[in-house]
Amino acid sequence: MRRGRPAGPAGYIPAIWPALMLCVFFVIPFAIMAAISFFHRVEGGFYEPGFEFANYARFFTTFFARILGFSLFVSGLAAVVCVILGFPFTFMLTRLGRRRQVLWLVFLLSVLSLSEVIIGFSWSMLLSRTAGLSNLFVVAGLMDQPASWSPGFAALMMGLCYLAFPYTVLILYPPLSRLDPQLPEAARMLGASPLRTFFTVVVPAQRGAIVATLIMVFVFTLGAYLLPQLLGRPQHWTLSVMITDQAILQSNLPFSAAMAMFLMLVSLALVGLTYAIGGERREP
Amino acid sequence: MTKKNETFRKAGVGRRGFIAGSAAAAGVAALGFPSITGRAAAPLKVGVYGGYFKDSFDEHIFPDFTKKSGIAIESVAEPTGEAWLVQLEQSAKAGVAPADVSMISQVAMLKGQSSKLWAGLDMAKIPNSKNLLPQFVHKYPDGTVDGIGAVAWFITLVTNTDVYPKAPESWAEMWKPEHKDRIGLLALASNSFLLEITATTFFGGTKVLDTEEGIVKVLGKIAELKPNVKLWYRDEGQFQQALQAGEIPMGQYYHDVAGLAAADGFPVRTTFPKEGGLSDSGCWALSRASKEAENAHRFIDYMCQPAIQATMSRKIGTAPTVDRKILDLSDEEFGAVSSDIPPIIPRYDIYQTKGDWLDQKWTEMVVGG
Repeated sequence: MRRGRPAGPAGYIPAIWPALMLCVFFVIPFAIMAAISFFHRVEGGFYEPGFEFANYARFFTTFFARILGFSLFVSGLAAVVCVILGFPFTFMLTRLGRRRQVLWLVFLLSVLSLSEVIIGFSWSMLLSRTAGLSNLFVVAGLMDQPASWSPGFAALMMGLCYLAFPYTVLILYPPLSRLDPQLPEAARMLGASPLRTFFTVVVPAQRGAIVATLIMVFVFTLGAYLLPQLLGRPQHWTLSVMITDQAILQSNLPFSAAMAMFLMLVSLALVGLTYAIGGERREP
Repeated sequence: MTKKNETFRKAGVGRRGFIAGSAAAAGVAALGFPSITGRAAAPLKVGVYGGYFKDSFDEHIFPDFTKKSGIAIESVAEPTGEAWLVQLEQSAKAGVAPADVSMISQVAMLKGQSSKLWAGLDMAKIPNSKNLLPQFVHKYPDGTVDGIGAVAWFITLVTNTDVYPKAPESWAEMWKPEHKDRIGLLALASNSFLLEITATTFFGGTKVLDTEEGIVKVLGKIAELKPNVKLWYRDEGQFQQALQAGEIPMGQYYHDVAGLAAADGFPVRTTFPKEGGLSDSGCWALSRASKEAENAHRFIDYMCQPAIQATMSRKIGTAPTVDRKILDLSDEEFGAVSSDIPPIIPRYDIYQTKGDWLDQKWTEMVVGG
């Protein structure tokens, strides 16, 4: 394939279709949302066109700042946990034979196809006192009586990580499978233990991929709004839950649009920051 | 995960039942392909709460209507809360009606009025409306009728019979410290109506909700419940499963669905507390974008007949919207869907006039420490 800029205007023709689709299905809806966030909310009704900052003003309170802070924290933590678990897993996956790799990937893809609803209900069942895993522990003699582990912060974290783990592996898989096997081999020949090789050679070589994955998983879990409702207590309701409440249950589209805009700007800023700090040496 | 998918997924969980993806997909299909059945015999699209309600209407009500009137019905699973209101409004702006007639909650009726979403109904074409109890005829401020009572239901105090061998007698039971972490409540002010329930139980009636100071006082009382609440649910499927299993053995729930679960053999009981059950209802309302007004009137008229109301009470478990005297329901049948204890009537007006303020205070109460 030819690289670099197309020679003339004709070279851009193949880009017209995707650009058009991007415009219709992304840019225009986004512009509508941005516009609505400034519209006038009609209390007890819907909204009417206008330009005001009232919707943003309602958002700038310590109450919503706390919710925003918690949302960012919970997504950030989920991203870190997923990468800590997913990176060694994916590394070992890429060392497996072709057939077993494919089986694992198919399995992970099928987990990815589960909706938040299914995952949320399944986990709340698994963590319940009446039908949950603790009953197995009681049978095994590890616990005296069954306990209820949901809803709560740990349950929410479990659900989010379950939701995002396959996604993490699928993002890490291409860069890790492209990793030159001679790199760790050289380290081993020079006398490094497998563990030392992993931490001093493989991880630094994949720094760019790790940062990119952290960002992707962070953004991915930031959009989860059913798991906090199903597995969390009210103090664990994230901004996405609030946005959904306003849009769907309170028919307050201007306010939900304003919150969505703000959430997006803050996460964009965080993504930019992470990239600036951790991702200078992107391609190994 | 795309935002679009999320919206559809959310639409699948609503006020009336945990709808399977297929039901939501049906709603989406109805939205996307409004005239797939052809212009020649356009069916009347009727929106009913998805899940249990839609299934029951499809089985017990719609086929008979089509047989008697010759009008085909295409039932549309509507999500609950105000999601459907938002969809109807957005579609009406584009001149489209995802459903001609929809079952709409009282708060949503008021909100729809503000943008003239509901078409005025011609009462001359609905002669059976004379049967209705007066509170089930909904009007615009200028007197134009825009909604006709479709179904009424009660929110009552429910308990798991394995965990609580004795039925509770009062809503006040929920405040007792021994029920710590054992109660399930609806998550929003405007669907739980806990303000009205609390005001009636502890403040001598809903009059206290006239002023903001009064509302704040009642909210303070509700906040005392928080240590006892294990789950604030938005979707009833979430609570029903936990109630049946005994995981969350007490809470507020819908009398009809709880009765049905009990009839299916689950250890669940529903009790009208001495302060009364909370009575809520839905109207049939016609979207202004509908082109099937004529058939819509015939459908609404059909639904107001005493015989149909009795069928709904027997088969679906809803409370009738017509006077009990003209129904042929036995005492036992009536008792299964309603109660002689005067009901707590929601203060729909405060969700209209103080909606955003109330929503903010409510959320701070529930979420705040």
